[in-house]
Amino acid sequence: MIIIGELINGMYKDVGKAIVNKETDVIQHLAVDQVKAGAAVLDVNTGPYSKNPKEDMKWLVECIQKVTDVSLALDSTKADVIEEGLKLVKKRAVINSTSADEDKMGRIFELTKKYNAQVIGLTMDKSGVPNSKEKRLELAATIVAKAIEFGIGPEDIYLDPIVLPVNVAQSQGVEVLDSIKEFGLICDPPPNIVVGLSNVSQGSKVRSLINRTFLVMAVANGLNAAILDPLDKDLVDAMITAELILNKNIYCDSFLDAYRKI
Amino acid sequence: MAMELMKDKYLGAINTVEIGVGPAAIKVGGETAMPFLFEEGAMPYPPVVAYEITDVEPAEWSEHIKRPYGDAVKDPVKWAKMCVSEFGAKILCVRLIGIHPEGAKRPAEEVIGALRAISKETRVPLIIIGCQDIERDNEVLPKISQAMKGENCLVGIATQNNYKTLAAILNADGHSIIAESPIDINIAKQLNILIGDMGFDPKKIVMHPTTTSLGYGMEYVYSIMERARLASFIGDKTVSMPFVLFVGSEVWRTKEAKEGGDVQGANWEAATAVSMIQAGADIVVMRHPQAIKTVSKYIEMAMKK
Repeated sequence: MIIIGELINGMYKDVGKAIVNKETDVIQHLAVDQVKAGAAVLDVNTGPYSKNPKEDMKWLVECIQKVTDVSLALDSTKADVIEEGLKLVKKRAVINSTSADEDKMGRIFELTKKYNAQVIGLTMDKSGVPNSKEKRLELAATIVAKAIEFGIGPEDIYLDPIVLPVNVAQSQGVEVLDSIKEFGLICDPPPNIVVGLSNVSQGSKVRSLINRTFLVMAVANGLNAAILDPLDKDLVDAMITAELILNKNIYCDSFLDAYRKI
Repeated sequence: MAMELMKDKYLGAINTVEIGVGPAAIKVGGETAMPFLFEEGAMPYPPVVAYEITDVEPAEWSEHIKRPYGDAVKDPVKWAKMCVSEFGAKILCVRLIGIHPEGAKRPAEEVIGALRAISKETRVPLIIIGCQDIERDNEVLPKISQAMKGENCLVGIATQNNYKTLAAILNADGHSIIAESPIDINIAKQLNILIGDMGFDPKKIVMHPTTTSLGYGMEYVYSIMERARLASFIGDKTVSMPFVLFVGSEVWRTKEAKEGGDVQGANWEAATAVSMIQAGADIVVMRHPQAIKTVSKYIEMAMKK
């Protein structure tokens, strides 16, 4: 399971403030803590309030790379902001993200190819997030086909079925879980499948439990990457246990520790 | 139409463990694919055969295996030299049956004298195995570990119920350890973690998955080894240790070997060893010189790409 740590995002108050005031230690702590907790990739998002997202992206990437060498998921709706990050990364980055819109895919896949990155494809387009499994699947196939045209292999694509908050779009849980199962059948080798997990509990009262339960169900359906809070130990423990039950790792009494040592 | 072979590619590798010092030191492990599948990955070091000898004459050994060594079985230093100079042994495994409380109960000092002499006279790397009596081993092996400090030996046997004393002392003296589990992948993994938690370098652990002879459930051991290897290759570092198999001692307990005569016994031992090498054994500890010759030849042939 590829854990993409979600905490370096200007949307969070303390991170937003740290970006404005260039508080290196706040960002670096978050980076190190997430990696220690098992994140293999760190999401980097300057947040909605950044006045100069290109400069902020550069600053964040440099700041993080001083303390860790894990891959970064450069997270922005603007391709030029992502490109600032791509110019600086030491390890292969993940571009977060493109939609299934033709023009957007063209620009993002160009960057993906140019900088030898991986890419997250959201199964949505200009008309919004689909409300059925069928439409998600159609968009997923569009993304994969286009990526392959650009010479990007399935192993470098992460398909994101887009998780919606359970408190406002309850019927979408099943659609997303079914989509995860079917995304794996789109091509061989299969693409990676990722979710932005925390969205499932957005606005709910018992967020951690909802995140945890959904993650376990998604893992059982074939999810192999998630953007989540790796510092939520119960969440990561549940994920490790789910993979154990799926026989992805050899059982031993210290299986939680063992997983973290791998 | 030409048939295309399915090939697997893996990311993980088995740890490389070095035993001994100087030019005679031996490296085992390092594989990045299943044994001898050179199209799928590397096998940088060939499996090695260790000659098993004992510190006192092994009364219980079958005549079939004692005969080729003649009188040398009475003197471990002479025996060791014979294995190296006459049979070309590259590594020796000394089993300390003489320290057993119900046997000769030789004091540590006597054994140390013999081990030092063996090391000095032969210069080959040593595997040192206790008498398998927990209390006695915990008393004697620490002294041996200290005395052999700097020789980079492989010492055992640590089990889930008895690993702390051995792990602590071997770590302090820079030796490698044999971690044994009872044909149980879960315990094998757990024991590696427990030993690692004591500050022991996981790259100095060699696993003994338990040995069984041909005809006595060898398949179970094979499947455990295969499972560990496949997990290692996809990244599970807690089972990425080389394997040692005590083929000689297991085979020569069977009636097929003991009562089957010289040739059948040696063949039984060779067949078991070859199967274990195919399962991923990095070190096979063996007894009959003829069986060892057969297996060495097999290794040489199988290593040809």
